Amino acid sequence: MHIIEPVFTREMRETHTILAPSMAKIQFRILVEVLKDEGYTVKLLENEGPQVVRKGLKYVHNDTCYPALLVIGQMLDALDSGIYDLERTALAITQTGGGCRASNYIHLLRKALDKAGYSNIPIVSLNLKGMHRNSGFRITYKMLRKGIAALVCGDTLMLLKNQVSPYEVHHGKTQELVDSWVRQLSEQYRRGSGYTQREMAKDLRRMVAEFSAIETDYNRPVVKVGIVGEIYMKYAPLGNNHLEDFLASQSCEVMVPGLLGFLLYGLQNQLEDIDLYGGSRIRYAIMGYLKRHMIRLETLMIDAVARSGRFTPPVAFHRTIESAKEVISLGCKMGEGWLLTAEMRDLAEMGYRNIICVQPFGCLPNHIVGKGMIRRLKELDDDVNIVPIDYDPGATRVNQENRIKLMLAVANENRILDRQDDR
Amino acid sequence: MVIGLDVGSTTIKCVVLDEDNRIVFSQYDRHLSQIASQSARLLEHIRTNVLHGQSAKLMISGSAGMGMADRCSLPFIQEVYATRIAARKLTPQADVIIELGGEDAKILFLSHGMEVRMNGSCAGGTGAFIDQMASLLQISADDMDAEAARAEKVYTVASRCGVFAKSDIQPLLNQGARKSDIAASIFQAVVNQTIAGLAQGRAIKGNIVYLGGPLTFMSQLRSAFDETLHTTGICPANSLFYVALGAAFCATSTIDIAEAVDHLRKHKIEDSVVSMAPLFEDEVAYRAFTERHERARVPTGTITENTSCIYLGIDAGSTTVKTVAIDDNGAIVDTTYQSNSGNPVPIVRSVLERIYREHPDICIRGSAVTGYGEDIIRSAFGIDEGLVETVAHFTAAKHFMGEVEFVIDIGGQDIKCFQIHNGAVDNIYLNEACSSGCGSFLQTFAQALGYPVETFAKLGLFARHPVDLGSRCTVFMNSSVKQAQKEGSPMEDISAGLSISVVKNALYKVIRATSPENLGRHIVVQGGTFHNDAVLRAFEQELDTEVVRPTIAGLMGAYGAALHAKKHSKGESQIINAKALAEFEHTVKVATCRLCTNTCRLTINTFSNGKRYLSGNRCERPVTNRVANDELNIFAWKLAQLDALGCYIHDQVPEDAIGIPLGLNMYELVYFWKAFFETLGKKIVVSPLSNRKLYLSGQATIPSDTACFPAKLMHGHIQALIDAGVKTIFYPCMTYNMDEHLGDNHFNCPIVAYYPKVIGANMEQVASVDFIDCHVGLHRRGDFPKKMAKNLEPYLGKLDAKLVLKASDAAYTAHANYLQRMREAGKRIIDTARIEGKQIIILAGRPYHVDPEVGHGIDKLLGAFNVAVLSEDAISHLVEKFPVHVLNQWTYHSRLYAAAKAIADQDDMQLVQLVSFGCGVDAITSDETRDILEAAGKMYTQIKIDEITNLGAVRIRFRSLLSAIEQQEKPHAHH
Repeated sequence: MHIIEPVFTREMRETHTILAPSMAKIQFRILVEVLKDEGYTVKLLENEGPQVVRKGLKYVHNDTCYPALLVIGQMLDALDSGIYDLERTALAITQTGGGCRASNYIHLLRKALDKAGYSNIPIVSLNLKGMHRNSGFRITYKMLRKGIAALVCGDTLMLLKNQVSPYEVHHGKTQELVDSWVRQLSEQYRRGSGYTQREMAKDLRRMVAEFSAIETDYNRPVVKVGIVGEIYMKYAPLGNNHLEDFLASQSCEVMVPGLLGFLLYGLQNQLEDIDLYGGSRIRYAIMGYLKRHMIRLETLMIDAVARSGRFTPPVAFHRTIESAKEVISLGCKMGEGWLLTAEMRDLAEMGYRNIICVQPFGCLPNHIVGKGMIRRLKELDDDVNIVPIDYDPGATRVNQENRIKLMLAVANENRILDRQDDR
Repeated sequence: MVIGLDVGSTTIKCVVLDEDNRIVFSQYDRHLSQIASQSARLLEHIRTNVLHGQSAKLMISGSAGMGMADRCSLPFIQEVYATRIAARKLTPQADVIIELGGEDAKILFLSHGMEVRMNGSCAGGTGAFIDQMASLLQISADDMDAEAARAEKVYTVASRCGVFAKSDIQPLLNQGARKSDIAASIFQAVVNQTIAGLAQGRAIKGNIVYLGGPLTFMSQLRSAFDETLHTTGICPANSLFYVALGAAFCATSTIDIAEAVDHLRKHKIEDSVVSMAPLFEDEVAYRAFTERHERARVPTGTITENTSCIYLGIDAGSTTVKTVAIDDNGAIVDTTYQSNSGNPVPIVRSVLERIYREHPDICIRGSAVTGYGEDIIRSAFGIDEGLVETVAHFTAAKHFMGEVEFVIDIGGQDIKCFQIHNGAVDNIYLNEACSSGCGSFLQTFAQALGYPVETFAKLGLFARHPVDLGSRCTVFMNSSVKQAQKEGSPMEDISAGLSISVVKNALYKVIRATSPENLGRHIVVQGGTFHNDAVLRAFEQELDTEVVRPTIAGLMGAYGAALHAKKHSKGESQIINAKALAEFEHTVKVATCRLCTNTCRLTINTFSNGKRYLSGNRCERPVTNRVANDELNIFAWKLAQLDALGCYIHDQVPEDAIGIPLGLNMYELVYFWKAFFETLGKKIVVSPLSNRKLYLSGQATIPSDTACFPAKLMHGHIQALIDAGVKTIFYPCMTYNMDEHLGDNHFNCPIVAYYPKVIGANMEQVASVDFIDCHVGLHRRGDFPKKMAKNLEPYLGKLDAKLVLKASDAAYTAHANYLQRMREAGKRIIDTARIEGKQIIILAGRPYHVDPEVGHGIDKLLGAFNVAVLSEDAISHLVEKFPVHVLNQWTYHSRLYAAAKAIADQDDMQLVQLVSFGCGVDAITSDETRDILEAAGKMYTQIKIDEITNLGAVRIRFRSLLSAIEQQEKPHAHH
């Protein structure tokens, strides 16, 4: 493994501010607080604007996947802004470590930084595979537990928010509650509590109850839309041109499958690899244990949401696996892999039959698991209304929104037909 | 009454219906981007002349109507949806609607599960595309239809993007192909694009309805669709107005039209267009700038009786023909600059005629030609020297700046730039895949916006707030410009923005420069586009440096050729004399070459001097009548090996034979699988090498048209196997490749890894056979036999474990043997080349580049330059794993890095990287490979390939590379 220099050293924990790209807003906000507890100073980047894309285009190979271009452009823009002390700033980027190009983001970022004259800025690799171990950034056991709790609660908050806000009577109430929960959870973790299963179960139940209490009007004509896609594009407003806001403006209820599923998908792939090609039984046992642990947390979440009787809970992971097997195979594990395909199937079964598949320009796995599987999904379910939307530096918002509007027009027609059927 | 208003990308269509849904008014107009004011005018007209004060319902639709309706709070309906509403009412028998518009292409499947397909962010195959092609042919779109009716043959033209098509068409024009044939080829390209890009696996059958402008106005386009789809579609009455009609049918709310008109007139301009710094602060700054550039000039003179000896340089470019004559002192005595009109021959002829006429005593001492039309002009007029463009431009640039380090030439359709290292051309950047940084781009926009290009560019000089239009494909830029217009940016700002975009595209897309230091401090800019002061200024601004623009910036190629002619003059030129010129004749004939199975379509130009010039040939055989010497070509060796496998299908396929599609990774792994299955007692057959026909046979089932070409070919290979009667197809998924210990991991790219799943999900034909697409891990040899036995059990029954083990051993051995033989063949080629003193070129790519349809015979083309040709895998084993600056985790790509490393210290070896369009991984590998080579002081040459078969640009690269090597060798010789 080539060492990426300069390394983020132990000493830098005290001195440096780590800038990280934002993605799933709610989850990331809590995660950042967890990192702060551990003594890191972390800031989520939210700078946007055309100069972000411009800088990405300038310093990253233009045929590179769009998320890389955006994230790197955003970081360069932040460094250029003059807000940060360049002697005391580091950057963090995730590294998935699969057969997809995304594993190379850190290298692309390094190259871009060197070209742009920031060769002194260290980069922290956020990965769970032990890549770049020599770094002063360590993921500790405690951090991991808190982080996973943050994901589970964050996913739940996102789910509840999406299901309540289109119907809220008093505008802004849902967001207020989300913010309050982000604060509460962060505070708990800081105190060193809130991440055992028992505590989480309690929190989740309370969360669901509080969201149920928001005054709503379910008679509004709302179209239910699911979003899947490359992980960054799926969540990050910078990537998808504020897709969730646009859909909200078009009276849609959005369902975005959570991050926990992606984590489980990662674990499942380790198991699958050994099943398909052989490998260490010990490793298999460890991964199996981790998976079961995560599934228990997932169950807490599903139970809490299902108990309300009012909200649609996320699909259980074992069910997602079955969906994947119906359409593709679990061996397709690069990028979002089979998970993306399975999520489309799941969403349709949950009643979110209008699905937007966000695809960044140059995304190779998407050719397979996104566009490549739509035909089969339609074979299995004639009425599912899937639209792939391409995102790249040149694609105009007008074009994207026009295509989404078409999907919504068909969705509205289906909704009216459904209503007639109901009567 | 009901009004349906359809505001499309280029036109406004409107209908007014009475209570019985009868059309009482309809109108079709181009809106020239004045959508709000045009809509207001139209509605006002309807209000006074049609409604006579009555109230009416209104519904707006169309791609450009959305934002407008939003801002004026008018009801809007998505246009495809409107089409469907109209079709249900007016043509209920329709099964499929094909609608082409200005910038959109759509297919609506109405029966058996409604489905709508629209073109994505790509405008290939739309009206805009046809318009662009018509202007390239210099005929109107209507004439194009008439021309197409007279066509005799159809050429292959890529239609995914106007740029690709242009690069296919321009050489055809230059080579003298008939306009009618080209017109028909363009229509066929549109058909192919629509089917490939939109149908995506769904068969277009049943009653077909054609809608939209191009299909309404062009009968030949309809016939092309009919022919390809084996059907006869109908173009119903009001085919232009379906969207407007659909909108009208959906209208529910009654609108106060007067108020709506008022809203539209006040249509506020949203401030969402991003602006940039102005090009010039004031007139003073501009004057200083022009004065500085005026200084870069060459002495000029006239042809007089005393100085009637001249040297003639001709630059037969893709869009223009330029000539420069210099006298013995190097003064320029004659220049011409003319638009190419598709055929450079008559232009050069008229130039020569004029020179001979005006100066009967002229003595031409030397002549040289460069550019796309080099070969044809040379044959036609007996020009002494031919030189590659890059060398011509360098020769000229050196004249203005002895220490020049970087030359950038932006012409009509090409960007050529190169660095100078040690007095030789190095690091050539050409724009094969994109023309958005070029002059024709500005010209197209100027024309579209109604200005001559000179006036248009000047507009931008003092623009206060140039709009930021981004730096990508022309097609995308089209919509950015539209958006800027929609939002009311003045033409000055758009003009300046476009000039800046040209520069950015050139810098960041083609050259990929990040700072002037990368390019060198001494930069000469040239090409007609730099005559445009706005572009020149934007270039200086973007790089934050001052550059030299010669006053003859547009003539530099021709000037360089003239200098070259002078340098190589042998006293008198062989150029055609006045008498022979008077009798000059040029005939063009079309024929099919029968010398091999490629059956290339040849265009044969015959000239009165008896010389012939052929084009359309992929090899030199029809020219030299000799089979190319394949001894020093490892690609030929590989093809011969595949042939020797004996798995191609010749006659009846045995019932239990297993078919393997010969695509992607199979070119290499077929040896493995053959040994494996044959040990199990199964016969293996493979699909044939790819060709155009094979590609088209699977085209309709491709779900993602932006995937790489080698992947898309896979559909054709599967189809070929099924057509041959194969009952079992083996095409496994392979996350991992073999571990060759050159990288940190040994993945395949996602496409190679999982394409079998795409085939299974999108080709309904595979349901009729046993399609084995199991996941296979060759990287774990110990586990492989057991896992494989399990994989195959559902198809072949329970297999004997010992037999599978034996088969597995045989397979791994066969694989190792193949690699070894291939490496030995490579070694032999290297040895022979060294004995014969030949250069060795590593044509580095992937195993599938051996396929002639993927590699476009580039290996053969190289061979014709008298060099040895190797592939990356023939030398990648020569180095150990070494650190690179990227995550080195794909087996095939590790070979690339290794190959680059392996030749780093070999003086007689060069590497040329083949990159497939759409290959995301190569965005990473190409930069890294370049870095490895450049760190060793080597040149990096990249060739981007796709469906296109235009080898002109490839030839330029090779020739420049070879002439650079030649020049680099010379200094050594003197030591």
